[in-house]
Amino acid sequence: MSEPTVSLRHLLGLEGVSAQDIQVLLETGFSFREVLERPIKKVPTLTGISVVNLFFEGSTRTRISFELAEKRLSADVTNFSAGASSLSKGEGLKDTIQNIHAMKMDAVVMRHPVPGSTWQLSQFVDAVVINAGDGTHEHPTQGLLDMMSLQEKFGRLKGLKVGIIGDIAHSRVARSNIFGLITMGAEVTVCGPGHLIPPYIGELGVAVNGDIDEVLTWADAVNVLRIQRERMADGIIPSVREYRSRFGITNERLARHRKEVVILHPGPMNRGVEIDSDVADGDQAVILDQVLNGVAVRMSVLFHLLGPRESEGEPPLHPEEET
Amino acid sequence: MGTITALPREVLIKGGMLYDPITRESRKGDVAIKNGRLTEPGEIGADKAKVIDARGCIITHGFIDIHAHFREPGREDKETLATGSQAALAGGFTRVCVMPNTDPPIDGPEGVRFILERSEDLPVAIHPVGAVTKGQRGKELAELLEMKAAGAVAFSDDGEPVQDGQMLRRALYYTRDLGVPVINHAEDVRLRAGGVMNEGALSTRLGLPGNPALAEASMIYRDLLLAEDTGSRLHVPHVSTALSVDLVRHFKERGVTITAEASPHHLGLTDEAVRDFDTHAKVAPPLRSEGDRQAVAGGLRDGTLDCIATDHAPHTVEDKEQDLIQAPFGMIGLESAFGMAHTTLGQMGLSTEQVIDLLTSGPARVMGLELTPLEPGETAELVVLAPDEEWTFTREDIHSRSRNTPMLGMTFTGRVRATISRGSWFTCR
Repeated sequence: MSEPTVSLRHLLGLEGVSAQDIQVLLETGFSFREVLERPIKKVPTLTGISVVNLFFEGSTRTRISFELAEKRLSADVTNFSAGASSLSKGEGLKDTIQNIHAMKMDAVVMRHPVPGSTWQLSQFVDAVVINAGDGTHEHPTQGLLDMMSLQEKFGRLKGLKVGIIGDIAHSRVARSNIFGLITMGAEVTVCGPGHLIPPYIGELGVAVNGDIDEVLTWADAVNVLRIQRERMADGIIPSVREYRSRFGITNERLARHRKEVVILHPGPMNRGVEIDSDVADGDQAVILDQVLNGVAVRMSVLFHLLGPRESEGEPPLHPEEET
Repeated sequence: MGTITALPREVLIKGGMLYDPITRESRKGDVAIKNGRLTEPGEIGADKAKVIDARGCIITHGFIDIHAHFREPGREDKETLATGSQAALAGGFTRVCVMPNTDPPIDGPEGVRFILERSEDLPVAIHPVGAVTKGQRGKELAELLEMKAAGAVAFSDDGEPVQDGQMLRRALYYTRDLGVPVINHAEDVRLRAGGVMNEGALSTRLGLPGNPALAEASMIYRDLLLAEDTGSRLHVPHVSTALSVDLVRHFKERGVTITAEASPHHLGLTDEAVRDFDTHAKVAPPLRSEGDRQAVAGGLRDGTLDCIATDHAPHTVEDKEQDLIQAPFGMIGLESAFGMAHTTLGQMGLSTEQVIDLLTSGPARVMGLELTPLEPGETAELVVLAPDEEWTFTREDIHSRSRNTPMLGMTFTGRVRATISRGSWFTCR
């Protein structure tokens, strides 16, 4: 029996990705979860495949998670990290693209501050492109790992009620969650300060509710977004005190709800702002499961986009088949 | 595709329909040109004359573009007065008003004279627009009276909206007796808030900063109130939203002497053109929703909007191959203007003659320019149009120094077959 395959060439976002493809990516993710529980966690699947992690924006956990996923699959990994400063020095996207092309990489994992930059990259290189976050657009592997964590906890996504809490307007995590969850048949409500909810968000198929307590009553799970400190510096969020009292996931707030709401957070957390330490470390949180699932689902993505594809009749990417 | 060469001594345009936008009358008949002037067909030797077969074509007055950026002085790598004129001629235009956001900006009489002297021998007539404020900085009034005397046909800080209402009010009072319009690029830059495309469902999907319709409409509302208050001539450029069209209509009904234009790209494209993060579709004001697009076209149909103007804005390949946040706003538009406008407005029920009015008598009225009568003895300032011809817009059709347009590959109905102006002519293929 051959492995199920996905119809994607790149993973640029979850918008437009079919439910079947998402299902396959998640299922393979669970298979890799088992690999990660073994004493020897490495498999030879991507031997001889070269992957570059290209990070134009600060990231610790996403970059490490990708690197770990690549190494667990035995790929050759190259890392390139540059702050936004190197972009402003004039290293244009086009030069980056051409360099990648010239180096004959098999895959590029890219994080970049500009929405659409990974899409542009995919238009000009032969390599498989995986979006590790493009500005405020999408962060598809985060969306997948969040769905995997929900699937793990509830055994289903269809009909699940998920709240997304915080700065929706500036969040790629919110977008990828919305696109993926809606495709999988979940119900999504976004909640946050009114001016951080995009006015047209309803057209993406989600409900909007500004009352966090109503959302907690309704939801099976909530995904709590990180509040960027610069929103406060800009005077857009008046104070930590007000944010915490109106939108923070505090122990007192959770105690008022009988239902055990599952808490997700993409990290890194501002403990004491959008989420209390006790909540983050408590039983309802699956935040560390998310981290492990992140490695597993990224292995799944790399496997499906880079692994052998006999079913499509393409020449195998490996010079010699693994057994 | 086409060539620009010296106009032959004798030209006979045979078998077409002549439409005069001054009288709004059409008649069948041949058009003869001798030494650059219209003459009776009997006056030229049919064997020596260059003959254009114009069966099925309409011959009319050359188009007037009241809103173009020719980048000279300062960014001659994007466009020059000379290359811009070639693009204009290929698009059927015989007169172009050029915006002052050059480097340095045209904000004094020396700049106005520079433009006029540099364009004396060009195939199209160039009319400079002067800046409203020194350096387009919005802080101090520029020498508007001296610029008018030197030949400026209007004033605008184009690209840089005059944010300070008091400054614009003063400029309008100051120019009240000049009879030339002040043009204010209408966008509240604070409400625009870094928007690179229309704010809507698509900008939300793409995670791109959105520029809301009200950033334009609220500024237009302020500007219209100032026009009513001062009684001066205000012209609203590139109206892009349904809200804005309603505001202009409302103030015209109140009897305020305002005029307004629409750009071909706002008639034929929507924000969907940005779907694939195409920097060529990044323009200010942005491509809007389908409802806005129809409202702008409807505004041209019912006379709320007075004319079509291209907002031809050339940028280098290097500028436009940056990412969507960094790439500059603007697209070229002269060569595609008639095809795009005629196709889109034709679908809305406008006749070819109405589209011609919006490209000739409409803009002339806004700027206070006289059209050249289509009569023997007058200078030949003509365009020959094939209204039914279907054609695909390609790179070969571009005569501009730049080629930044999202319209390549689009199919239009209606094509410029030839343009005759100031001793030169453009002929298609």
